[in-house]
Amino acid sequence: MDFFSLLYYRFKKVWKSVRLYLVIAGPGLVVMIADNDAGGITTYAATGAKYGYHLIWFLLLLIPVAYYVQEMTVRLGAVTKRGHAEAIFESFGAFWGWFSLLDLMIVDWLTLVTEFVGMTAALGIFGVPAWLTVIIVVVLMSILVLNGRYWTWEKIALGFCLLNLIYIPAAFMVNPSIADILGQGLIPNLPGGLTNELFFLLMANIGTTIAPWMLFFQQSSVVDKGLLEKDIKMGKVDTFIGSIITVAIAVFIVIVTGTLLNGAPIDDAATAAKLLMKTNQYVGAFMAIGLFDAGLLGAICISLASSWAFGEIFGWAHSLNTKVKEAPWFYISFFITLATAGVVPLIPGAPLVLITLFVQVVAVTLLPAALVFLILLLNDKKTMGEYANTPLQNIVSTTIVGAIIILSTMYGVSALFPNIFQ
Amino acid sequence: MRAINQFLSKIREINQRYAKPTVEMSRGVKFSLAVLRIYLFLLVVLMIYKFITVIKVV
Repeated sequence: MDFFSLLYYRFKKVWKSVRLYLVIAGPGLVVMIADNDAGGITTYAATGAKYGYHLIWFLLLLIPVAYYVQEMTVRLGAVTKRGHAEAIFESFGAFWGWFSLLDLMIVDWLTLVTEFVGMTAALGIFGVPAWLTVIIVVVLMSILVLNGRYWTWEKIALGFCLLNLIYIPAAFMVNPSIADILGQGLIPNLPGGLTNELFFLLMANIGTTIAPWMLFFQQSSVVDKGLLEKDIKMGKVDTFIGSIITVAIAVFIVIVTGTLLNGAPIDDAATAAKLLMKTNQYVGAFMAIGLFDAGLLGAICISLASSWAFGEIFGWAHSLNTKVKEAPWFYISFFITLATAGVVPLIPGAPLVLITLFVQVVAVTLLPAALVFLILLLNDKKTMGEYANTPLQNIVSTTIVGAIIILSTMYGVSALFPNIFQ
Repeated sequence: MRAINQFLSKIREINQRYAKPTVEMSRGVKFSLAVLRIYLFLLVVLMIYKFITVIKVV
């Protein structure tokens, strides 16, 4: 075989893999990018404003954390063809099943409220009233899910994921010092020592990287897409690329606020967008658009995670490939979750701070349970066969899950008792 | 009333369907579930304590 034939052969092989990836890609990318939801954007904006570029190295550490946890859901979904809720019910019985399902319902609904808060605040910067934002979001999401095809839904969702990359040009527009980013950001350091405030922010960054709904969403998404055992390899690639992109977006947000808002008190991403507008109108606008998009992506995934879980357990048809007539309860539960959460930010004097606090605390009750179930399920050789966790995978995943449980518990407890770790 | 009854019978049906866990209850699984129960119990106690202290302040 001559050189050009070999080159052509290699190209064909790579191109075939790329095409296969493009078919399989979706669940991993969507869940990972949606992970940067409204709450996530606020956390990253606050991280950059408070500590500049100093915590970029910590964000990079979250790539393997997110990947190792989420890739387990790909294997579990592809092998069992069941969502996470159904897998828990069947494997651990009704007690743990109901606990997980009800906890998921509460956490998802509360998180959905925070997404609407983020979206209304983001469009509020452009003068759009909150009620109009809620209507726009509900209509947009209705169009998205009612088309009756998973494939179409996924491609539109990926379009919104693409919009999330808006923070990359924003970061270039603020002219950050590359030398400072490399010097301060890539060398592990704890600016000012491990203070209570820094510890809380580190825990918030972990908390926003792994959320309970992500496990339920990706596994159900893998099942709804119809991925099989042979697709696991590409599903893992999809998840890995997604985890890199989600952390990259976080890093670019930190660069934006670390450059322009260093030292400014940031309570939420909308405040950051308003402050950025005073310095650079376009960057501020990008921040607000990104916040709206992040809230929308989060809302899309979270409301679906709940509906899929309910459908699995109650035995309703629960696929985006079904029409409303074929799966009425799936769509009804989707809209009830969405509409009730959307109304909350419109209520004058609604306890939004309390809701945000509750999200953190209730998530802490669900996340450890969901993660422990995940590892136990991945060790069930009878079900998982050759796709069960290897000893090495168990060491890595148990270490990561153990660390997440300890830190998220401390995060939840410190949200309940702010002075406990001082 | 009929809808509530239907819903309750559905719940009973689900409880029956998933009454017996299918995962092999090895020592590791039993230990993990026991630790999880204790962990969740402690968290609930903390939340109740917080709730009571908040109510007292109000």
